[in-house]
Amino acid sequence: MVRVDQTLDARNLICPMPVIRTQERVAMLDTGQILEVHCTDPGAIVDIPAWCRVHGHKVLIAETHGDESIVRLEVCD
Amino acid sequence: MKTQRKVVALISGGLDSMLAARIMLGQNLHVEGLNIFTGFCVQGHTHAIRNEHRKKQKRNDALWVAEKIGIKLHIIDAIEAYKDVVLNPKHGYGANLNPCLDCKGFMVGKARDWMEQNGFDFIVTGEVLGQRPKSQKRSTFPVVARESGAFDRLLRPLSAQLLPPTLPERAGWVDREKLFKFSGRSRRGQIELANDFGITEFSQPAGGCCFLTDTAYSRKLQDFWDHRPDRDYELDDIMLLKVGRHLRLTDSWKLIIARDSGETHYLNGYRSKFAHFAITSHSGPVTLVDGDIPDADVEMAARVVARFGSTRDAESVDVCFTRSDGSQHTLTVLPMLPSEISEPWYV
Repeated sequence: MVRVDQTLDARNLICPMPVIRTQERVAMLDTGQILEVHCTDPGAIVDIPAWCRVHGHKVLIAETHGDESIVRLEVCD
Repeated sequence: MKTQRKVVALISGGLDSMLAARIMLGQNLHVEGLNIFTGFCVQGHTHAIRNEHRKKQKRNDALWVAEKIGIKLHIIDAIEAYKDVVLNPKHGYGANLNPCLDCKGFMVGKARDWMEQNGFDFIVTGEVLGQRPKSQKRSTFPVVARESGAFDRLLRPLSAQLLPPTLPERAGWVDREKLFKFSGRSRRGQIELANDFGITEFSQPAGGCCFLTDTAYSRKLQDFWDHRPDRDYELDDIMLLKVGRHLRLTDSWKLIIARDSGETHYLNGYRSKFAHFAITSHSGPVTLVDGDIPDADVEMAARVVARFGSTRDAESVDVCFTRSDGSQHTLTVLPMLPSEISEPWYV
């Protein structure tokens, strides 16, 4: 069973709002916690992992199923 | 040991701000980027919506820049605060509804807030003297510095040698001799500098990142304001102005007709908030109704909708109309002839 501490519904938000909402949510989490983001903007699957990389957070999965993408990330220092 | 100074760079995603941040990295400063989202930013939205853009790589250019040069990027949601800039620009609008000088002051003001909250020392932008007729000239640079509250903590590395020294230069945080004196609309110097830095890929070198500079968009925004009791707006309002054909048949309502399946997919997300039409007998675009459509106008609107589907030559088309309360009824209509579509209906 995959551990997910929080889920963020960013569906129907257009770039860059999924990134902004992810950024806000991550700021509320502790190191080691896992956030799963659900989005429909086709750019989010690129942008959220990019945001994670520049901030040093770990991307666990980034995958698309139909019109919906899921990015799961681990908050790092 | 010398303290490493911290600089916040406003990053638009274009070349100039990328260079400004990169120059600071070369001066042994700690650099982080800030990107301000106003709701009118071009990139991302149309790429995400229209079919013709679907093959293009989808990315947030500001994030791409940050990753390319190795800095953190913080994206600020400024949609609400930006309304006052759009609605009440102290310095007026440009050729369209673009409040460029007020916008510069707003952006730098946001960077100043962020700088103060996060213990940073100064701000850099990619502004170039003389590059923009209204907002990037010798007389307006001090206006932006003053109205943003950044004053001499605002450094423009690309044109710094043509401008009075700022605090970072006077205090020795930055070596002025290693800054630049670019001016005017030519991009040659910046492109050469990019080559020197090994930057071979960059987006929109001539700017143009705001829908408010776009004539067609500004016309739709003005029409939106002209048909509302006040000029206030929500994010959805300004997003919908970027999508579809807008046909205003009367003062009380207009149609927003998807132009392809990508836009239909996008507008489908708004069906619960708007009265809308959907062609049921053939394939066709979804159409939102913005405003209050009286029953007497529904058939006329359905005929317009049928005109823009694959149904344009059909003899009869079934169109389902859903009111904003969710009630539905289906009409069988003859698509409107091209000669019946009045040119002034197009917003």
